[in-house]
Amino acid sequence: MTTAMDTALQQVLTPSQPEARPKRLALVCSKGGLDEVYPILILASTAGALGWETGVFCTFYGLDLVNPKRRKKMKVAAVGNAASPPPISGVEMRVPTILGMLPGMNWVAGKMMKGWMKKSNMPDVEEMMETCLESGVQFYACATTMGVMGVSKDDVMAEASCLGATAFLDFAAGADVSMFI
Amino acid sequence: MTVELKTDKLLDCTGLLCPIPVVKASKAIKEIEVGQILEMIATDPGAPPDMEAWSRQTGHQLLQQTAENGQFRFWFRRTK
Repeated sequence: MTTAMDTALQQVLTPSQPEARPKRLALVCSKGGLDEVYPILILASTAGALGWETGVFCTFYGLDLVNPKRRKKMKVAAVGNAASPPPISGVEMRVPTILGMLPGMNWVAGKMMKGWMKKSNMPDVEEMMETCLESGVQFYACATTMGVMGVSKDDVMAEASCLGATAFLDFAAGADVSMFI
Repeated sequence: MTVELKTDKLLDCTGLLCPIPVVKASKAIKEIEVGQILEMIATDPGAPPDMEAWSRQTGHQLLQQTAENGQFRFWFRRTK
């Protein structure tokens, strides 16, 4: 016969299973170069595909990721990248750093990267963004950056919400994985 | 040794790089019924560890995989 004591003991010994919750990824996008937002978009879309709850906090130059006008014009910094490859494949001649300072060189470096991406069947930034949004990735526009850089709410895509560091940290506090890029 | 498995859906990711194969696999698995099998072809050199991880993270069972001349094949059973 089961006594009330047994029942109570049973409840203590077999605690109710905590509800399974999806994993959470918190990313900070702090830079706005083409080569700097691709890792964000790749990780976010992958996490989205895995069913992870994913939030990307876009701050400082990284705010360009949620600014459609500026996102479409992303470039690669031609100066300060010691690993930049030779522009002509097969010809082992790099662009001297001093030439990287010429007007338009960031555009050229960006064009080169877009070329490799296309050749490798990689989606462009717009398509990657669509994939992220489709899988439920949340984008957050840093409110302070908007104030400091004079970015209005109309400049930010409608899918992104505007919040501050406190709200993002509140989200990130529950994250299983968090990264700053 | 590989077993002949009945495929309910074939997903060809030849020539596609990370994260596209994983994104496509996540969509494709939703298009079959629980218990059915998704066969996937990929050439991304990262596909074997990535698809094993995808199986662990999503819970869809990796039944079998093969690698031949840079072509990887995976068979997944939708579990939920």
